Amino acid sequence: MNALRSAAAAPLLDPLALRADFPILQPGASPGPELVFLDNGASTQRPRQVLDAMTRVYEHSYANVHRGIHRLSEECTELYEQARGRVQRFVNAAEREEIIFTRGTTESLNLVARSWGEVNLRPGDEILLTLLEHHANIVPWQQAAARTGAVIRWVPLTDDGRLDLAKFSELLGPRTRLVAVAAISNVLGTVNPLVEIARQTHAAGALLAVDAAQSVPHMLTDVQELGADFLACSGHKMLGPTGIGVLYARRALLEAMPPFLGGGSMIRRVTLEGFEPAELPSKFEAGTPPIVEAIGLGAAIEYLERVGLAAIHAHELRLTQEAHALLGQIEGLRILGPAPEHKGGIVSFVVDGLHPHDAAQLLDRDGIAVRAGHHCAMPLHQHLGIPASTRASFYLYNTLDEVARLAASIAAARARFKRR
Amino acid sequence: MRLDDRDDIYQDHVLAHYEEPFHRGHCPRATHAHEDDNPLCGDRVRIELEVDDAGQVQSAYFDGQGCCISQAAASMLCERCEGCHIDELRKFTAPEMLKLFGAPLTPNRQKCCLLGWRVIQSALFSPLAASSESASEQASA
Ligand SMILES: Cc1ncc(COP(=O)(O)O)c(C=O)c1O
Repeated sequence: MNALRSAAAAPLLDPLALRADFPILQPGASPGPELVFLDNGASTQRPRQVLDAMTRVYEHSYANVHRGIHRLSEECTELYEQARGRVQRFVNAAEREEIIFTRGTTESLNLVARSWGEVNLRPGDEILLTLLEHHANIVPWQQAAARTGAVIRWVPLTDDGRLDLAKFSELLGPRTRLVAVAAISNVLGTVNPLVEIARQTHAAGALLAVDAAQSVPHMLTDVQELGADFLACSGHKMLGPTGIGVLYARRALLEAMPPFLGGGSMIRRVTLEGFEPAELPSKFEAGTPPIVEAIGLGAAIEYLERVGLAAIHAHELRLTQEAHALLGQIEGLRILGPAPEHKGGIVSFVVDGLHPHDAAQLLDRDGIAVRAGHHCAMPLHQHLGIPASTRASFYLYNTLDEVARLAASIAAARARFKRR
Repeated sequence: MRLDDRDDIYQDHVLAHYEEPFHRGHCPRATHAHEDDNPLCGDRVRIELEVDDAGQVQSAYFDGQGCCISQAAASMLCERCEGCHIDELRKFTAPEMLKLFGAPLTPNRQKCCLLGWRVIQSALFSPLAASSESASEQASA
């Protein structure tokens, strides 16, 4: 209900005006019918501002960072570090050094599971995960559990696809070391109550790792207000390039953690006997980082801030409500997850007699890009008792008209398979 | 939906096999069987064959769940292989399967089409000996 009210109050966003910034969304940019891009949960498109910022670096400022005593290296380092500052302000981290650039959410979560996990987890310690996690927030913990003897416990879901908070409270205990949870489910769209989860997690003496891949791009993130100990996200899901991601962690945690990858940049000194790690954030950035990608992410954040995260969130909620209304009228179609007021801009569904692959293929004929499959959430699909689903996921450039086209195309696909 | 697409993968013969499959179910006197899935999309196909002493496929059945392409392809394959000698089937290649399917498929959907083909190739090497139960359990593990 809160979300609905804030949607009404939030500033408006004009998707048609924003679309002009996205070369790939222009008519004729790609072959086939006019593109209706509803696969933003997998990866978004990029505005010209981001593409230009990256081209500018390659054409005018590119060199390796933190190394050369020459003009380009100084300049590129400056741009790279400015991007870090932009990320810091975007998620409201207390310090710039708490922002580690990685290749994406997956690497960020692996960094935590490896580096923090291996020195802090003991046999019998418990890691709490939820049934709606992406494989990126499952497998690294399974690996950490296998190495340390820690045990994974699973927070179940309610029938409508929200976290079962009563069960969560029961599962939290003296052996719980860490709770790792998605801010928004990449399948159900459920927005999880992170503030409450953080409160209970900390009261139990455990740490909270947030997989924010689906939330940072779409709504305001404040790591301090949230009380996140770790938070991970990916540039390519927020108008930025691939190959760049972020790990936020509190300084005290990062200081105590051993380096993840070893190599150049992450050392202060190397001798025949061993090495001394560098200061933060370099300690966790071994090798040549994704320099231009980081700068591109900075440009993406600048773009998102200009549009406004509150407006983006409200716009997507409106699209989700419309999708629920229109898809809900299609006979034999079942929408997964809770009512729109508990959701972000993600609407997954299954249709009787129409396999998700066939649905996606028929939608593609109409130029509509959605995702079909298990969306890297096999345990969730197992829990739901379905092998796969079809997912439409929205972003700031999507329109109500596109939602209507999605619904019409699904209705036609269903009729085509039912007629026989 | 443009039904008249020349490159339509949902051609009538494909939909016909999907909606009214050839021999969906269990082979009453199965001598060979195998089952596998495509973990990426959850498509699953089981194929059961009755092969006589001369190596001739007397009957072929499939069962499973999944997209139109995976299920229709398995149906076509069962129809195709009845009456064939197993040596001939062992030489039946993936491109031949795609040709049998008929409708053009992108590389992603070729995986759906080839699931049944993969399963039958394994089935040919999976005789249901005396321990037919454990064989089928293994196959579905
Ligand atoms: C919830 C969630 N977590 C993690 C990931 C993994 O992100 P990446 O592939 O960018 O590392 C994704 C994206 O697929 C996601 O949706």
